[in-house]
Amino acid sequence: MADDSVFSAQTARGLVHGIRRGAHTAREITEEILAHVQNTNPDINAFITIDEEGALTAADAVDQKAAEDQALGPLAGVPIALKDVLCTKGLRTTCASRILDNFIPPYDATVVTRLRQADAIILGKLNMDEFAMGSSSENSHFGAVKNPRDQTRVTGGSSGGSAAAVAAGQALMTLGSDTGGSVRLPASFCGVVGLKPTYGRVSRYGLIAYASSLDQIGPFARTVEDAATLLGVIAGHDPRDSTSAHVSVPDYLLACQRGVDGLTIGLPTEFFGEGLQSDVRDAVMQGVEILEKNGASIREVSLPTAGHPAFAIAAYYIIATAEASSNLSRYDGVKYGFRDEAESLIDMYVQTRSKGFGAEVKRRIMLGTYALSAGYYDAYYRKAQQVRTLIRRDFDRAFESCDLLASPVSPTPAFKLGEKLDDPLQMYLSDIYTVSVNLAGIPGISVPCGISAEGLPIGLQLLGNAFAEETILSAAAVVERELAL
Amino acid sequence: MTYESVIGLEVHAQLATTTKIFCGCSAEFGGDPNTHVCPVCLGLPGALPVLNQNVVELAMHIALAAGCTIQPRSRFLRKNYFYPDLPKGYQISQFQSNEEMPLATGGGVDVPTEDGGTKTIRLTRIHMEEDAGKSIHQEAFVAAGESLVDVNRCGVPLIEIVSEPDLSTSEEAFHYLTSLHQLLVYTGVSEGDMEKGHMRIDANVSIRPVGETRLGTKVEIKNVNSFRNCQRAIESEIQRQIDLLETGGEIEQATMLYDPDRNILRAMRTKEESDDYRYFPDPDLVPLVVDHAWVERVQNQIPELPEAKRARFAEDYDMSADQIEVLTAGRDVADYFEATVAAGVQSRIAANWIQGDVMRVLNDRKVAIGDLRVSAESLAELIGLVDKGDISTSIARTVFDDMVETGDSPAAIVEKKGLVQISDAGELDGVIDQIIVDNPEEVERFKGGDQKLMGFFMGQLMRATKGQANPQKASQLLREKLG
Repeated sequence: MADDSVFSAQTARGLVHGIRRGAHTAREITEEILAHVQNTNPDINAFITIDEEGALTAADAVDQKAAEDQALGPLAGVPIALKDVLCTKGLRTTCASRILDNFIPPYDATVVTRLRQADAIILGKLNMDEFAMGSSSENSHFGAVKNPRDQTRVTGGSSGGSAAAVAAGQALMTLGSDTGGSVRLPASFCGVVGLKPTYGRVSRYGLIAYASSLDQIGPFARTVEDAATLLGVIAGHDPRDSTSAHVSVPDYLLACQRGVDGLTIGLPTEFFGEGLQSDVRDAVMQGVEILEKNGASIREVSLPTAGHPAFAIAAYYIIATAEASSNLSRYDGVKYGFRDEAESLIDMYVQTRSKGFGAEVKRRIMLGTYALSAGYYDAYYRKAQQVRTLIRRDFDRAFESCDLLASPVSPTPAFKLGEKLDDPLQMYLSDIYTVSVNLAGIPGISVPCGISAEGLPIGLQLLGNAFAEETILSAAAVVERELAL
Repeated sequence: MTYESVIGLEVHAQLATTTKIFCGCSAEFGGDPNTHVCPVCLGLPGALPVLNQNVVELAMHIALAAGCTIQPRSRFLRKNYFYPDLPKGYQISQFQSNEEMPLATGGGVDVPTEDGGTKTIRLTRIHMEEDAGKSIHQEAFVAAGESLVDVNRCGVPLIEIVSEPDLSTSEEAFHYLTSLHQLLVYTGVSEGDMEKGHMRIDANVSIRPVGETRLGTKVEIKNVNSFRNCQRAIESEIQRQIDLLETGGEIEQATMLYDPDRNILRAMRTKEESDDYRYFPDPDLVPLVVDHAWVERVQNQIPELPEAKRARFAEDYDMSADQIEVLTAGRDVADYFEATVAAGVQSRIAANWIQGDVMRVLNDRKVAIGDLRVSAESLAELIGLVDKGDISTSIARTVFDDMVETGDSPAAIVEKKGLVQISDAGELDGVIDQIIVDNPEEVERFKGGDQKLMGFFMGQLMRATKGQANPQKASQLLREKLG
């Protein structure tokens, strides 16, 4: 499918260079890719909103700059699409929810501002699990996203549209958000690169919150290098986000050339245990062997708390849902979004929220409300925070002896559409290797490392210490180059 | 049975910042509805709060002035509840628990007692929070059955000052509020403008038989907007509780609203209906860390507080207790007084002038002393003219009014209007001679021993000289001529 598009096969660097040389214009790229989006979207359903007019206007502005020999931004003319959880000024932002299906933000998220400043072309907004809650991108008011590699299967979630759009050549790069694996899981299922940066690496201003202490915006791309380029554009401190870090932004592109010679890579025993499908294990070990062959030393490590689903999954679902129950309180029908008129205020609230939210969102709001309630707070929320501290310590200890950790992203490749919809607990276990990373706030990537017995992509998860994105990228680039999938 | 009341107050005071607590919008009162807003205070999806450092500074000022301990690490929590004027569905506030501290704890405020002593009302804590918006139902432009929301006030910075239940009477509560208000205004922490709602009070009231040590069931009176109303509300509630107990009833834990027009309390909700706010630390805000150097810097900026100033005035200056109260009520007036004294005026005379004419003008014109066109130096100059005998005190008062009006210097006004006092014996002699000629009857009576007529002659003389005669000189000459 990607072959339909000439330009989508290129890297961002190639596209920008081509515009500078006059080999092609931003308008040509944009028109072609928009046509491709229009052709393929009815099948994939990756886009909720396609902004042809905005994209072409931005493209013309880039061409104008090029014609006037002005400096071009690092993403000049690069077609990018955004998970519909990022606020875009004047462009509908829905969170894939009925409750926001008419919401047009009056402001841009900080990452969107940075993309515009880098001369990127924003094509539109991507489908996802409603409010980023889900592991399959089926929980959408706008219908499920389908995996471009096998349309009977899910993309993974919650940033399914972001992964599918890149896999289908509908955009060269996309942004998603990762709260418990929502970038890495769909990247793995769709066979693209997806990076979850360190908490605080990228400003959350304008990212519609699911769980504020876990959410982080991350790039998707076809190549490690493009993911690095996009991260370089969006990373850095933002005075509008108190939780964004005052840490300088290194040259991530350069890091992709660094190699892994002399690095120590740990394999967490707990992430290779029961439930891991054998072809997934084989693919992951294939990736690990490549790293070893390129000079990394491999050792086994233990993450007793972080690797234990009874701790990690439980703590995650308590903390994430507690924060979500509060974050989603603002959708009350009073100010914006969907409202179901009623006689009394309380009825308006109840009907608006009952009809405006989907089942999974309501389930999580109830879970979180319960966890924070008087009399239950200590047993749930406080206990979960204590577990979170232990999970952090697990990783701290692992990174005392390792530069990176390597593991699968998920126990299985992409599952069938509808397969886990009626079994939330099975669905939650898709995130068994990813959620503890968010609880610890560390960065992680999913890079393709093999193909399953059924021909489905499999991702290798590489985890680094806080702000060690460069190390992650250097290793991911080695795997990508050697495997040439 | 005799009962005693136990009262604790929670005072919400608006901080005197130009911008809101978590965004750069104006915190100014008024403005057309929904004009002081941005994505942050509107609670739009994706917007994030960033703490205004100035809010922390001001809160630290009042906390240190009240002797509180500044916590080195404190947190903001979310107080979750649904209300149309609360755009995020939660209020960002600080709340004390076993693990989370507010900005400041401990401290106290001194209040005068009936027997002339003072009593320290201990503070539990001082914490920062954001104000909510305003629902509008009654204005003419609101259609029947509709409510509108004005979000301008959302995010206006407040501090909540929570006292221990150390107050025993409604009058003590009134004094506590007055002292607190004075402290807030002295430190520049709040403008303390009651008409703009800068201070709002919740009162917790319970009663118990005298001698009982356990606390009775408390009733909370919410959102009272003036000190007198607070006093009256507490009185009503105490009486209601006594009546209830005396008639065999039982006090139910409840939240009440006070209606000042009818002097009655209405129940808002009872304990069974009480909300669970599901407090938890706001993950969008990092913990607030205040180091020792910051505390010290703020401590050094705190001005002399009312109590210390009163003591010093009593020690350093010649003035009545009443004048001490008036002159130290506000920092600006006290500063004005001291500047007048520094310009060479005796303290008693400066105090008399300021307590008298200066305060009269301020009250009449409803202006602050800083807005007065008469500087302390000009006032001192005016008083200097009286001292030198250039003008009389009564002329000086008319010159003062002129100064207030024009802002001109006293010398210029005296010059312009020809108000220089007549002390010249030759000039006064002629006037006195004429008075004697014109009033032979009174002269006879005076000579016959009617000394009271001296006032009559002085009056005649002042009228003839348009008040410019030097009174001492005139009186002396009159006695000589009539004697």
